This record gives sequence, C-alpha cells and structure tokens, in this order.
Amino acid sequence: MLTLAHFLTLGAILFSIGVAGIFLNRKNIIILLMSIELLLLAVNMNFVAFSRFLDNMDGQVFVFFILTVAAAEAAIGLAILVVLFRNRETINVEDIEELKG
Amino acid sequence: MPIIEIVFYLFSGIATLAALGVITSRNPVYSVLFLVLAFFSSACIWLLLEAEFLAIVLVLVYVGAVMVLFLFVVMMLDINLTKLKSGFASYLPVGFMVAAAMAAQLLILIWARGAGTQVLEYGDTAGSNTRLLGELLYTHYLYPFEIAGFVLLVAIVAAISLTHRRRPETKYQDPSRQVKVKRGERVRLVPMDAEKED
Repeated sequence: MLTLAHFLTLGAILFSIGVAGIFLNRKNIIILLMSIELLLLAVNMNFVAFSRFLDNMDGQVFVFFILTVAAAEAAIGLAILVVLFRNRETINVEDIEELKG
Repeated sequence: MPIIEIVFYLFSGIATLAALGVITSRNPVYSVLFLVLAFFSSACIWLLLEAEFLAIVLVLVYVGAVMVLFLFVVMMLDINLTKLKSGFASYLPVGFMVAAAMAAQLLILIWARGAGTQVLEYGDTAGSNTRLLGELLYTHYLYPFEIAGFVLLVAIVAAISLTHRRRPETKYQDPSRQVKVKRGERVRLVPMDAEKED
C-alpha cells in the first residue's frame, strides 16, 4: 500500500540528486540550472503529495506559482547565459571572475 | 501487489534514474533529454495523486516550452565539453557524501514521524481537479495570480531586452528624435520671382 512517506521519500531522493548535481557540475552553468530545476521538481512533489493526503487544494496552488516562477527564472537565466556566451565565448564558471575582489 | 504500487515504483524508479542521468551524463543535450524523462515520469506520479491539471501543465508547459528552450540554448552554444567536465571526479566524493547525508536525514525524519501510516485511497472525488484549482485561483488567490502574470511579463521583457541586438544596417524609428524635429529641418523655403501667365 502506498503511504504519504513513499511520495516524500521520492521527493527527498530527487532533492538529494539535485544537490549532488550542483556539487558535481560546478563548472557548467547549464547543468547547474538543470539541477535547480530538479530541486524545484522535488519540492513540487512534496507539495502535491501533502495536498492529496491532507485533502487540501492550497498545496496545488503553490505548485502552480512555483512552476510560474521557475519558468520565468529559466527564461532569464538562459538569456543571461546566451549574452555571457556571446561576450566571453565560454560558460565555464571559473572563467567569470571580473567581479573577484 | 496491486497495480497502483507497480505503477508508482516503476515511475519513481524511472524518475530517479533519469535524475541521476541528468547530473552524470557527459553531453548537456543528453542531460536535457534525461530531465525531460524525469519530468514526464513525475507527471505520471502526480496523476496517481489525482493532481491532473498540474500533471498536464508539467508536461505541456515545462517539457513543451521550458525544456525545449533549454535544448535550444544547449544546441546553439558551441561548448568545449572536455574542459567543463574536468574536476568531475575530484568533486565526486564530497558531492556524494553531502547528498547521501542529506538523503539519510530526510528519510529518517520522514519515516520516524509517522508519515507512513496514512494510506492512499481512492474514494469518490469531490469534483474536477481543474475546477477546484480554478475556483481557488480566481477567488482566494486572485491577487497572487495577477502577480504571477506580472512576473511572467517582467521575465519576457527582461529576456528580450537582454538578448536583443540592434544591427547597424537595419532601419528603425527613433520617437524622441521624431518629436524633437524643428520646422527648419523639414521645410526649405525657396525664394523665387512671381511668374506672369500670359
């Protein structure tokens, strides 16, 4: 039988994989953005599971807003990435060091 | 084992493997495709949880728009992959340790707090999921809903103004110069003698 803990476990595993992705791909901005998408997916999974098990629709409204903000974030992030690549010919995080104090 | 559990374990296994593929594959194009697979199997799990509207939105909007945008950018940029992948092995131990510790903490918390007692049951539903969500969004959450629309508008303006390039050979209008124009720049008075018609 499926319980709330099963869905929360799936969310926890996806979240941990996203955190590991940020550690492993520290140089590639595109994979960093994708890891952030994974983190948001894990959080949304928890929201939907709680919404179903507590019989309360507010969780799904929050998922709706998270999806909206994540879409805006992805669009602006990719736009910055394109401008960065056009100016510097690189997306390596270690090459972006003009602001180093 | 009932069919619901088989479906849950199948799709959560696919989602986990796809998430692992996102962070370990060498080529960013494969990462995006693995992320699409992870989103798709998560949408199937949301269908199990009777969140039909959000599942369809995740597939249509996220996979259909945002992931295609990712794929477009990844394919457009000419990236030197070998340099970006250097250091992957050296970050592996610390990344794995942090992720494993985090997962262990979360799992201990989840299973120790009695979240495993409530069983998923399918009774008669209260009505259409889309209808319930819409009624909440347009009444109680109307103001945040409009702010969400504004956030999307700001994102559009920001993305276009960041990436827009003004090419020198194209012709365009400058409204401030059009407004500031003087009569003398447009009209030239030519003095000439009156001609007599006979």
